[in-house]
Amino acid sequence: MKSRSFHVVGSLGQEILLVLVILALFAFVGWVNPRFVSENNLTSIFVGNAYIAVAAIGMSLVIISGNIDVSIGALIGVLAVISGLLVTNGYPIWFAWLAPLIIGSAINTLLGCLIAYARVPSIIATLAMLSILSGGLITFTGGQWISGLPSGYQLAQFRLLNIPSPVWFMIGMTIVAALLMRYTAFGRSVYAVGSNPEAARASGIGHASTVVKVFAIHGAIAGVAAVLFATQLQVIQSTTPVGLELVIITASVVGGVSILGGVGTVVGSTLAAILFAAIGSSLIFLNVSAYWLKAVQGVLILATVLADMARRRRTG
Amino acid sequence: MTPVIELAGVSKAFGPVKVLTGVDFALYPGEVHALMGENGAGKSTMIRIASGDHRADEGEIRLDGEARRFRGPREAQEEGIAVVHQELLLFPSLSVAENIFLGHQPKTRRGFVDWGRMRREARELLDRLDCPQLDVDQRVAKLSVADRQRVEIARALSRKARVLIMDEPTAALAEADVQRLLDVIRRLREDGVAIVYVSHRMNEIFAIADRITVLRDGTSTGTYPVSEVTESSLVSMMVGRDIHQLFPKIEVERGKTRLEVRNLSRTGLVEDISFDLHAGEILGIAGLVGSGRTELAQTIFGVTPATSGEIKVDGSPRKIASVRDAIANGIAYVPEDRGLHGLVRPQPLRENVTMAILDRMTKFSVIDTGREQRMAKEAIDRFAIRARDARQRVGQLSGGNQQKVVLAKWLATDPKVLILDEPTRGIDIGAKTEIHRLMGELARKGIAILMISSELPEVLGMSDRILVMKEGRLSAVIDRKDATPDKVGAAMMRTRPEPAAAGAVR
Repeated sequence: MKSRSFHVVGSLGQEILLVLVILALFAFVGWVNPRFVSENNLTSIFVGNAYIAVAAIGMSLVIISGNIDVSIGALIGVLAVISGLLVTNGYPIWFAWLAPLIIGSAINTLLGCLIAYARVPSIIATLAMLSILSGGLITFTGGQWISGLPSGYQLAQFRLLNIPSPVWFMIGMTIVAALLMRYTAFGRSVYAVGSNPEAARASGIGHASTVVKVFAIHGAIAGVAAVLFATQLQVIQSTTPVGLELVIITASVVGGVSILGGVGTVVGSTLAAILFAAIGSSLIFLNVSAYWLKAVQGVLILATVLADMARRRRTG
Repeated sequence: MTPVIELAGVSKAFGPVKVLTGVDFALYPGEVHALMGENGAGKSTMIRIASGDHRADEGEIRLDGEARRFRGPREAQEEGIAVVHQELLLFPSLSVAENIFLGHQPKTRRGFVDWGRMRREARELLDRLDCPQLDVDQRVAKLSVADRQRVEIARALSRKARVLIMDEPTAALAEADVQRLLDVIRRLREDGVAIVYVSHRMNEIFAIADRITVLRDGTSTGTYPVSEVTESSLVSMMVGRDIHQLFPKIEVERGKTRLEVRNLSRTGLVEDISFDLHAGEILGIAGLVGSGRTELAQTIFGVTPATSGEIKVDGSPRKIASVRDAIANGIAYVPEDRGLHGLVRPQPLRENVTMAILDRMTKFSVIDTGREQRMAKEAIDRFAIRARDARQRVGQLSGGNQQKVVLAKWLATDPKVLILDEPTRGIDIGAKTEIHRLMGELARKGIAILMISSELPEVLGMSDRILVMKEGRLSAVIDRKDATPDKVGAAMMRTRPEPAAAGAVR
């Protein structure tokens, strides 16, 4: 038993580090400005950013499988608008919540097929998808925001046990995804395919089918993220959130997912997303210009990738 | 006469492993000096030291009688020492002339590449190598292996090479190309170039070499004029023991027929292969690189499914259209390149061991990690894998131990037929012996083993029967008692299959 607990710590190095950094950040900023750790602020940090953590789960799967998706921001924007349009056009609320999952999954299954069967490199396929989705969105909506959302639609404002629903989604989906990746044959296949596609193929693990499944799941998760994004305010922006895909990819990478594939966990990416949200908020409470957030993210991503490269050199 | 290059008492270790110990070697202008030895005997390390790639820990390198230390391959090149590597280091998308002069292009006065001169001089070099048909503007990607090799030699000559080191230059060549290459080498020798010729092929050695140095386990067993050695004296110098002592072959009663292959073809890769493989039998497959050995294995294993022909396992015909089908039918394949095809290096040992049987490890698609842990522990004990525990990442293990993990992974599939592709390439002697011992044990348990190997002693030492392949076809089947290096070697080179091998072999 002792060696087992050691193993958990050993394999979760990046995660432990992130938890410590998050705690240190809360302690420090809370000490400088106690309002930072007020319930109000914590709620706004989590409710406003949980969708990023949720989307980063799917992104982590994609990156672990040896691919990348730069269209995720656009997809979330499109799915949020679809959800809003459905509900304002009289469709039932549950349908407006569910449709983004199905449509997201369908769109990304198509992407997965392009990547796995037609062998289009994922960076190219998703770059094309980014253009199609964001161009299509702006043409279709003309940039008008969607308002007049019915009450009861704001899923992100619900609470259970006084904890906002986005937090439940974030934690619940992270746990499910972590178990899926660690204890199922599918999870194993994703690591194998991302780490050494040739060896996976030679072991009878279907490369293409694994990649398509990863993208299908990623699309459904993006649907959840889109609903959380769409339902936090009284209006839905009908443009794609600028740079959202980069924030999500950064969360995965800083969470310990190797950009080269085959390595990482979804727990790490969720923690990294929380860290970014906390940093963003803390800049305000420390009276530092919020524009520094991007620079901080940039530094973190470089530091993480350098550490990853160093680790790879050491362990081969 | 002073040697162009001389190694005196050279030693080299990588970490705790001593690769060379006090090796002496002298090379004179205008001689072809053959360097022989088993894989792992230290030949490539010696070549790397002579060409400035590695530095010797002890001993001296003398050029024209003067001690020199090379700080890198570039310095050695400037002294006229060139290596033609086994895996040709060319740039496929550049032209022949560009490849020849890459890094030392002739320049105009203004510092631009002098294309006219470059093409002219490339032409002259190729003519000197007797290949007037080779177009200097052709992209190297479009050339045959033999032509690429000529380009590589031309590149060495363009640097005014006085010493040309050739590492198994004929490994991938057809017979006619081998003869042309030997002619080129003779011509270079007449021009006074000193040539180090590394090869396993006896007939080439006797055709071209003036003197022979044999390496064994990192020491030189001596340098001899070619007239003073025979094929068998060379083999015993290389191996140090009689072949049959080196490979402790276990005699196993031949069981029932496990695998029947009939007229198996995969367009462009293998053609019309038929053979039987019995329980407890080790069937060796010999052949040159590119003769279709690996391709045959991959066709049986469903990596490149057969386009025609039949595969029977335990007497009933099986359809093998994918790797999954092969595994389900009790066929396992331990690939040649364990880094590329065998292992997922950042993953723990135990996850690699169960990788080929994931679908058998799950209940409601959840992996039974307890069982996995037990299986990994068993594998560590059974194969004597040197690992910290089952959770150690396989990338951290040594080559021999990695190979044992790959073996464990495939034995976990509980195979009836085990295909081993170069099972001992690149691992140390100790691990080699363990793997050979293990093969005997598996055969005794009734597993039918198909072993592909480029090492003739291994093929001769381990196999009950030997299939020899050439150009995608079976060129001979030789029984253990009739197998000699000559016979197998001849079948590897033969242009036409013997009538006996043309039909199905039972």
